[in-house]
Amino acid sequence: MTERAIATEQCCIAIVGGGSAGLALAAEARRLGAKNVVVLEREQSAGGVPRHCGHYPFGLREYGRLMKGPDYARRNVAAACAVGVDLRTGATVSRLLPGGGLEVVQDGYAYTVRAERVVLCTGVREASRAQRMISGDRPSGIVTTGALQGMVYLAGQAPFRRPIILGSELVSYSAIQTCAHLGIRPVAMVEEEPNTLAPGQLQLYLRLRGVPLHTGVSDLAIRGKGRVEAVSFTDMTGQRLAIETDGVIISGRFLPESALLRASHLEVDPLSGGPVTDQHGRCSDPAFFAAGNLLRPAETSGFCWREGRRAAAHVVADLARPRDMDRHTVAIRAEDPAIGFVSPQRVVIGRESSASGPLHVGLALPLNGVLQATSAGRVLWSGAGKARPVRRVHLPLDKILAARPEADIVVSRVEVR
Amino acid sequence: MSDHGRSPGGAPFDVAIIGAGVVGCAIARRLTLDGARVVVLEKARDVLDGASKGNSAILHTGFDAPPGSLEQACVASGYAEYLNIAPALNLPILKSGAMVLAWTTEQLAALPGLIGKAHRNGVPDVAPLERDEILRREPNLSRDVLGGFEVPGEYLIDPWTTAHAYILQALANGASLRRGAEVLGGHRGKEIWTLNTSTGDVHAHYVINCAGLYGDVVDRRLLGRSTFKIRPRKGQFVVFDKPASALASAILLPVPSKTTKGIVVCRTIFGNLLVGPTAEDQDDREDASTDRATLEALRGQGIKMLPGLADCEITATYAGLRPACEFPEYQVMQEDGYVTVGAIRSTGLSAALGIARHVAEMIGPLGTPLTEPVIPLVDRLSEHHPRDWQCDGHDGIVCHCELVTRREIERVLTGPMPPASLQGLKRRTRVTMGRCQGFYCLPELARITTGRLEVPMDVPTGMSEGKDHD
Ligand SMILES: Cc1cc2nc3c(=O)[nH]c(=O)nc-3n(C[C@H](O)[C@H](O)[C@H](O)COP(=O)(O)OP(=O)(O)OC[C@H]3O[C@@H](n4cnc5c(N)ncnc54)[C@H](O)[C@@H]3O)c2cc1C
Ligand SMILES: Cc1cc2nc3c(=O)[nH]c(=O)nc-3n(C[C@H](O)[C@H](O)[C@H](O)COP(=O)(O)OP(=O)(O)OC[C@H]3O[C@@H](n4cnc5c(N)ncnc54)[C@H](O)[C@@H]3O)c2cc1C
Repeated sequence: MTERAIATEQCCIAIVGGGSAGLALAAEARRLGAKNVVVLEREQSAGGVPRHCGHYPFGLREYGRLMKGPDYARRNVAAACAVGVDLRTGATVSRLLPGGGLEVVQDGYAYTVRAERVVLCTGVREASRAQRMISGDRPSGIVTTGALQGMVYLAGQAPFRRPIILGSELVSYSAIQTCAHLGIRPVAMVEEEPNTLAPGQLQLYLRLRGVPLHTGVSDLAIRGKGRVEAVSFTDMTGQRLAIETDGVIISGRFLPESALLRASHLEVDPLSGGPVTDQHGRCSDPAFFAAGNLLRPAETSGFCWREGRRAAAHVVADLARPRDMDRHTVAIRAEDPAIGFVSPQRVVIGRESSASGPLHVGLALPLNGVLQATSAGRVLWSGAGKARPVRRVHLPLDKILAARPEADIVVSRVEVR
Repeated sequence: MSDHGRSPGGAPFDVAIIGAGVVGCAIARRLTLDGARVVVLEKARDVLDGASKGNSAILHTGFDAPPGSLEQACVASGYAEYLNIAPALNLPILKSGAMVLAWTTEQLAALPGLIGKAHRNGVPDVAPLERDEILRREPNLSRDVLGGFEVPGEYLIDPWTTAHAYILQALANGASLRRGAEVLGGHRGKEIWTLNTSTGDVHAHYVINCAGLYGDVVDRRLLGRSTFKIRPRKGQFVVFDKPASALASAILLPVPSKTTKGIVVCRTIFGNLLVGPTAEDQDDREDASTDRATLEALRGQGIKMLPGLADCEITATYAGLRPACEFPEYQVMQEDGYVTVGAIRSTGLSAALGIARHVAEMIGPLGTPLTEPVIPLVDRLSEHHPRDWQCDGHDGIVCHCELVTRREIERVLTGPMPPASLQGLKRRTRVTMGRCQGFYCLPELARITTGRLEVPMDVPTGMSEGKDHD
């Protein structure tokens, strides 16, 4: 190792991650007058996940045009560069330092960035086969949708010819499209939940594509010596099935890419997997904010883009203020087995309290009923909520805050008899 | 093959070693350094494809081995030699120490006996620990612990780089390695063995059977009989992401039972924390599958010992197969230019160098020891030492979770023993071994390795062939 004095740079806003949220945030912050805005992106090209989503629909609301993911990613990059964002690719942030510091490794060299505000926009990834504890052998040919998309659209390669898809979220349907791009057809879609997690109408698409669906399966196992040979499971009728296949697409079950966060001084919410923030995305260290899917799994690109824009306004306004925590915050938490997490986990209350985004309620179980937000026994808001497990519902945080909570806010279902 | 099954000079090899697990690799190194002309025959496409593929990676002192056994002797001498050569070979050691913990009153009662045994095994620094002292040293440990003792000399090492360094040193000093060469049969005539392999015949004065999970099969193929029968014992593991490694400092060992060392919780040299292994007897010699119920139970056991694990992400799950047999001891024996090194069950990583010395003594000198052997450089993949990504000019990070650089990957791909598949590249560099398991870096790896792996990552689909990608 060569010992060198590590250079330190100063900037106004440093953004970690140049995906949909980070790029939109950077461009908007510049537009609102922030002087130097740096985006640090570890991949060789910025744009985030959409870079390898070679399908529609992206960008309709943002740019008034229907685009495929890669075009949308390029558009976001161009928009940021056009307003003078300092976009650095091949730049890995390796550590977060208290008070707004970042350790960066770029092109094989290390340096430190000191920013007045840092925004974390590192996005989500899919849970791996290991994290989902899927039984069986470990042959080659098992990839997540994201890795498949990257292999196909970024490297021009295919890891298999007749894969099986584990999962039934929207992204599982993207996997079918990625396969179609290769001229191959998945041999089946398999889901452990009793119903598909994506909207039921999409099952029509499966029929159109000729992809058989098995839901409510149990005892799933991957078999194969060198390559994947079969996936076996017990179906809803109790019958043991084995489907011959040469690959497995592990799809969905998004998790925030929180590695930096978990290795840092910032508070992590073990339930959402993202940082603990207030409604403006501020983390437990007031110099740090977060935006985009890092906050919680997982919204669309357009949602993250808009979230980035909204966060920019707040971060830029915050630059003018002393860097300390807003004092009047209360916690938001769920008290209901159907609810897996809430985001944000705390809110600033009081005179200037406002919210521009929703309260995310991530579901552990299917939900079909009335939800309420209460504070010290007082109902702040209630309304109907219906969604599949693993999905989420959005509650109107502005309305909840307008009811002036003074103590912790509790989200739960209203008991129905 | 240009050498026609003989050593470069045209004469038969002095020694043919069957199997490139950690034991075969260590023996190849020892005998090469002692001056023998060695060929290693490995049936798999790459080295370390058997029992040595997945273990707990603990460098054992042998404190709990049966006193007076060959296993105890080899672990003790292997341990000592490892500490000696590790700095020169650039092999990392995480000097964590271990604690044996009692969770029930029966286990508590067993501790004095185990401490006595450790002392008889020549591990004098094993000493009892009060419950309060244990909790002071390991503040994240469950309060349910009742007592224990420390084994300060148990360390954590890199299970793959260790064996790679052994075989690479053998190769750098003149040994040959044939991968994809399964020994199918053979015979001994006029002091020379002829081994029939799947890639042609090989001639050697001595044959050393280090076939691990197939030790008995190879004995039968070459001697017509075997005095032991391998009964693989599977061990499953759950590996937690790096933040979990802050929860434990020492290797946390349970009170061992007759058949197994029990479930261990320990850090890894790569900065993770693992829980395992199970001990599941089976007939199949290849089936290293994992199953959800067992993995969930392991996770639960981990949480019981370290409650903080409940909030930690899982990085990986895997299983290894111990080459166990019906006897509780290594099966090492010699006859007519043939040595069996069998049933190196659960301590082979620690004992390999000791076993190698033992075998070298058994067969006696075969040449003049090398005075200045070449020491090839291997990359240190340890979380606790500077890594390539922290050194200037590495040409960018490819695997973001394990921070593997393009330079490290290129070094391995163009090195003396390039990997045959992504599996081999993983073991040599740690790519895709981290929390995302390839979500981010598989595309770039596919690009880098195009045309460079015997088992490509890309499967031709017809459609994509000849297509223009940019
Ligand atoms: C496989 C997959 C498919 C998806 N498909 C769709 C789809 O079809 N349509 C849709 O609308 N949404 C889709 N999504 C949701 C997706 O998360 C959003 O579209 C959007 O990309 C989220 O934006 P983001 O900025 O939060 O994160 P991302 O777009 O993921 O951007 C995060 C960026 O941070 C960078 N980064 C991470 N860590 C570091 C670090 N330490 N240093 C420097 N840079 C770092 C990453 O390289 C990445 O570029 C998909 C998600 C996944 C995982
Ligand atoms: C779960 C588990 C945990 C463990 N933990 C530890 C630990 O913490 N510390 C420790 O010291 N030890 C540990 N061990 C033990 C250690 O891993 C083994 O003792 C060691 O790997 C055995 O190595 P080997 O070289 O004898 O066998 P193998 O690694 O199986 O090598 C044999 C080789 O021979 C090849 N082969 C077989 N047949 C033929 C043929 N006919 N022709 C050519 N080649 C052939 C195989 O392909 C294989 O590569 C553990 C083991 C397991 C399974």
